[in-house]
Amino acid sequence: MVISAHGPGTRWLAALAPHQMLDVVGPLGRPFPLPKDPVHALLVGGGYGSAPLFMLADALRQRGCRVDMALGAASAERLFGALEARRVTNALSIATDDGSLGVQGRVTDAARSILERSNIDVIYACGPMPMLAALSTLGAEFDVMVQCAVEESMACGIGICMTCVLPVRGSDGVVRMSRSCVDGPIFAGDRVLWESIGTVPEETLGAPKASGH
Amino acid sequence: MTSIRVVPKGGRGLPVEVNLDTQLGTLALPSPILTASGCAASGKELSQFVDLTTIGAVVTKSIMMLPRSGRATPRMAETPSGMLNSIGLQGPGVDDFLEHDVPWLASKGVRTIVSIAGNDVEEFGRLAARVRRAGDSVIALEVNISCPNVANRGLVFACQAHSAAEVISTVRRNVGGAFPIFAKLSPDVTDIVEIAQACVDAGATGLSLINTLLGMVINTETLKPALAGVTGGLSGPAIRPVAVRAVWQVHAALPKVPLIGMGGILTGEDAFEFILAGASAIAIGTANFHDPSALTRVQNELTQILAERGFSSLQDAIGFAHRKV
Ligand SMILES: Cc1cc2nc3c(=O)[nH]c(=O)nc-3n(C[C@H](O)[C@H](O)[C@H](O)COP(=O)(O)O)c2cc1C
Ligand code: FES
Repeated sequence: MVISAHGPGTRWLAALAPHQMLDVVGPLGRPFPLPKDPVHALLVGGGYGSAPLFMLADALRQRGCRVDMALGAASAERLFGALEARRVTNALSIATDDGSLGVQGRVTDAARSILERSNIDVIYACGPMPMLAALSTLGAEFDVMVQCAVEESMACGIGICMTCVLPVRGSDGVVRMSRSCVDGPIFAGDRVLWESIGTVPEETLGAPKASGH
Repeated sequence: MTSIRVVPKGGRGLPVEVNLDTQLGTLALPSPILTASGCAASGKELSQFVDLTTIGAVVTKSIMMLPRSGRATPRMAETPSGMLNSIGLQGPGVDDFLEHDVPWLASKGVRTIVSIAGNDVEEFGRLAARVRRAGDSVIALEVNISCPNVANRGLVFACQAHSAAEVISTVRRNVGGAFPIFAKLSPDVTDIVEIAQACVDAGATGLSLINTLLGMVINTETLKPALAGVTGGLSGPAIRPVAVRAVWQVHAALPKVPLIGMGGILTGEDAFEFILAGASAIAIGTANFHDPSALTRVQNELTQILAERGFSSLQDAIGFAHRKV
């Protein structure tokens, strides 16, 4: 379990001693979809967003996939799991904003150079929303599907409160405010209206009229 | 009638029967535990954690005539012993709700109380008529006239006696005679008893007390309101004393009117407090978020505490704190 001690709840979790008992509910939501064929996958993680990628890399390699990974963060100490990443991947690129580990630059630039030199079939990504948005654009440019694990603040995690929504276009073409806890957290990058997160886009089903809600 | 045998703590170890049956006007329920509207969606998600046929009823998320996106995010802010939400009544609209949600609840045998919300009096009337025809699994209506997450505070009908009464009498006209309807009231008023009285006079069977309190949080890092909607509804244990006070005042003034109490109930003891104040049923909202099995747990804890306090029947405990000694 990887926890970023951000607020009171996560600080409490991080302060627990080994062998203390915890109630855990799961698994929740939709997992990363796994390919049937032994494809060439690129896994991209930003900051602690690398956390879910290691198990994914294991699962992909068990299916005979080739796994490249690109990890990025502001600095070396913000980057989670660089050593683990080396163990579970075929090739690893690291980018930090300050150059304290790997190359200096953005992880999306690292991803671009991998896309340019290899024949990537699918991208899996987890990290901050701007990174996921940039990767989705990159995926469209290279005609590669991007599976994104999003992070929204959640009150319940089980689909009953509607706090964790973001605008997503369904297979019927209709934009809805979808729950990231149960309809996600994995969304296809080309379905999310990234630039509209934090707003209700006008075309959303049931969006407020000019008079407001 | 359901009787549950429990051994009271500190008692001589003999099991006693505790009868949890409750009566809300003509509506008889085998348990006083309900879900609070908007904190259980339409039951499906919680059914993974709780057998919903064992509680009194599921109160569904307030439904409107048309699909509704709700407000922008962030929609939630943590507060001391509670939270703010500004969901803004996100929902699929009544057609989709009656096509999918109500039939699912009916197929599972879940007693269902449908919460409705309208932009105007007429919408409340049309919704009530639609839902009334939805079949026997819908045993009552809750009329949400108190949602704080609307752009126009003038649309919070529960803030004025005459507008609250206008909605309730329209709903009553549309559902006819004896069908149970509960008016959900806001604590953000000067005199909740006046609003309660107006709703009862207009034909409400009973009252649901309370909806969230209007609140606000400012993020001291971004220097902006924490919620995209700026203000939101405060819920959780922080509001419990306000809710108990509302139930107490309304029960004192209108002792024959059945009340559904809610606001910050986390445990059976909290539920018991509302019952002592005069609630015939209680609803659990925010507690479901951190403990999806809260409904069952609170029901068991309430049974236990009733036994410990020497009540063999829930009905005997309703309003007990009002007795003159
Ligand atoms: C996320 C959230 C959504 C809610 N949505 C509704 C709603 O749609 N209709 C309604 O009548 N009340 C709604 N409420 C209010 C609750 O039903 C309840 O009155 C209030 O939260 C107090 O109870 P609690 O402290 O147990 O949550 C909502 C509350 C929360 C926290
Ligand atoms: S966190 Fe409650 S619906 Fe997603």
